[in-house]
Order: sequence, then structure tokens, then C-alpha cells
Amino acid sequence: MNYIFEILPSLLSGTVMTLKVFFWTLIISLPLGILVSVGRSSGIKIIQWILSFYIWVMRGTPLLLQLIFVFYGLPNLPFFPIVFERYDAALFAFIINYTAYFAEIFRGGFGSIKKGQFEGAKVLGLNYFQTLRKIIIPQVLKIVLPSIGNEVINLIKDSSLVYVIGLGDVLRAGNIASSRDVTLVPLILVGVIYLLLTLVCTWVLKILEKHYSYYD
Amino acid sequence: MLELKNITKSYNNKTILNNLNLKVEDDSILSIVGPSGAGKTTLLRCIAGLENIDSGTFLIDGKPFDPTKDKDVQPIVGVVFQDFNLFPHLSVIENVALAPQMVLKQSKKDAIEKAAELLTYFDLIDNKDQYPSELSGGQKQRVAIARALAMQPKILCYDEPTSALDPSLRDVVGNYILKTKNTGVIQIIITHDPAFAEKISDQILKVQPIK
Repeated sequence: MNYIFEILPSLLSGTVMTLKVFFWTLIISLPLGILVSVGRSSGIKIIQWILSFYIWVMRGTPLLLQLIFVFYGLPNLPFFPIVFERYDAALFAFIINYTAYFAEIFRGGFGSIKKGQFEGAKVLGLNYFQTLRKIIIPQVLKIVLPSIGNEVINLIKDSSLVYVIGLGDVLRAGNIASSRDVTLVPLILVGVIYLLLTLVCTWVLKILEKHYSYYD
Repeated sequence: MLELKNITKSYNNKTILNNLNLKVEDDSILSIVGPSGAGKTTLLRCIAGLENIDSGTFLIDGKPFDPTKDKDVQPIVGVVFQDFNLFPHLSVIENVALAPQMVLKQSKKDAIEKAAELLTYFDLIDNKDQYPSELSGGQKQRVAIARALAMQPKILCYDEPTSALDPSLRDVVGNYILKTKNTGVIQIIITHDPAFAEKISDQILKVQPIK
């Protein structure tokens, strides 16, 4: 028991890093995902191609590779080396990766809204932006919520990948303690922390789904 | 008064409307009847600005207007769609009060007050906090009428108002359409039901497919 209290502070500060990566990725990727999916359904061909290519690359390659590429690869770019701090590199890689996944989820959501909703709004005089904000997006959110929920839980666990670029998240803290003190306990604690985090997420998602269940 | 002058519209090289001319007086009801494929719905969608015409002019009270370019201003034409296109995530009163706030910039209080008046007029005030999925077909249709009228259009178009409803509701719908006449709006009704058209209209336009 004493041992647990001894290592808990370092695990908790690792958890803070995990939560920071999680929180900022979510806050930035969700609206970006909506933008990308709207852009993909815009009539402008060149934008459609660029965004489709971006989504293909992001979904077709491992997040781990993207993380390594951003942090270790970009500084070696000829002529324009791009150097990120560890934390910035992690956020950047997570945001561009998750934006692509969210964009695909939103594309499905937008696709399931009937054309009549757009026409109904149009004949009332609402412009495109008002229609999206007041009519379409609220309905899309309800439709995509379960899929977004899956990604949110994945994101909590994926955030452990930041370990590879030397960022001190909860997994790294546990691993260090485990090999230093030759014991399983820190790893079990790390598992418990992840379980608690995903439990909270599941609970929040359930509340959101309930909030949106006021109509069929 | 609504006037259509030389309206022509074709799809994929097939002429649907050919030099159509039409006059509808204020607070009167025009029914457009004809078999499917005769261009009834196309005509309605052109008047509503959901389709572009190839040539011709629309005039309201003698002034030309372009139905497709009325964004951010009070629309001249309101539409009651065949399957109503109510917004499922908004309550009945929110469905009616949304556009007046967004487009006419009415305050929320004003918009809700006026919406409540319209709902009372169409016997829906007890349903104001319900969601569209909880309503019957006839109730949904009246919400759609109230929602369109809240924008104070000069013209109100109905696409097949009897087809999505139980046949026994036909006369009820007719009575609400006649009641709507009191608001001064020009009503244009697309229908394949000549008896219904005969009963409620001041004027009937018969259309035939162009060979």
C-alpha cells in the first residue's frame, strides 16, 4: 500500500499528460472534422481531391508512423526542416489523424440527412450556414454520436503512443517505475487508470446520447 | 397578383414546361392538375426557387422576381412539401418560430408569440411542445402550413397535399386550405385529384406531358 502511494504522484502527473493530449485532440479535431467533411461535399473538385487524399493517407498509415514522422522525420526535411517540441509534435500528429477519422464519420452523418431538410430550410429563406448550424449539424450529431464515442475511447488508449517520442504520459511513468522497482504493481495501476478514464468517457457519452434521445 | 410569363424549363433535353403563361389573383387558390410526368412538381419547384428556369419571368404585383435568389430576405414563396420536411429535432413551436428569428431577425419573444397565434389558428396550440414524430400526418401538415405562413409569404405552394394523408382527411385538409385564404396569401396546389381541386380552387390549370 505504501508503495502505491509512493509511485502514485508520478503516475498521476503522467495521467495529466495523457488527458492533455486527449482533451486538445478532441476539442480541435471534432470541429475540424466537420469542416473537412463539409469541404469534401462542396462542389469544388480540387478541394475534394486534396481532402480525399489527406483522409486516405491518414487512415491508411499507422498513427505510430505519423507520430514518428512528425517528430523525428520533419526536422530532416531538405530545405525546410520543421522542428516541433515533443508535446506539439504529439498534438499535431493526433489532431491531423483524428480529424480524418472524424471527417469520415461526419460524412456518413451528413449523407444520412434527407435532401428535404435542406430544401425545407431553403424555402424558409435560411442561408447555407444557418441551415448547417440550426438544422443539419444538430441532427448529424445525434446520428454520429455512437461512432464518435468509439473514437473517443480509442483516443484515450491511442494517446499512450506518445511514449515513442519520449513524452511522459501515464504509460511511460508506469513502465519506468515497473522496470526500476522490478514489480508488476505500477503496470496494474496504469491499467486501472485507463479503465477509470474510459469508464468516465462511456458515462459522459451515455449522458449525451440520452440528451439527444428527446426526438426520434 | 402572381404572373408567370413564357416559363420554359427542360431536363436532359426533354422540355417539361413550354412557354407557360399564368395569372393568379390575390387570396385565390389555383390548383394544378394532371397526370404524373406532366411537370406539375417541376413547375412548383421552379416557383419555389428550388429549380432554375431556362427562360421566362415571374412577376409579383407587377414586379419581376427571381425565386432562386431570395436568400437572407423574406421569401416570396412558401412551400408545404409532400412529406412536410419538418425539422425533427425541433418542437412544433420551434419549427414555426425558427425562420422568423434567423431570417426576419425577429426577437425570440416576438417569434414565439406569433408562432403561438398561428398554432392556435390551426388548432395545434396543445401540441406546441411536441416533436414532429409524435404528430399525426394531418397535424404535421398543419405545422408545415403554419411554418410557411410565419414567414408571411405572398404565395404558398402545396405539393400533393392529400397524397400523404388518410383519404378521410381530404376534406379536413381542404377546409384548412380554405381557412388559410383569410390570410390573403395566394395558394397554389399541385394535385392529381381533380375532385379535390374542383372543390377548393378558384382556378384550375390542367397540364399534360409534352410529347
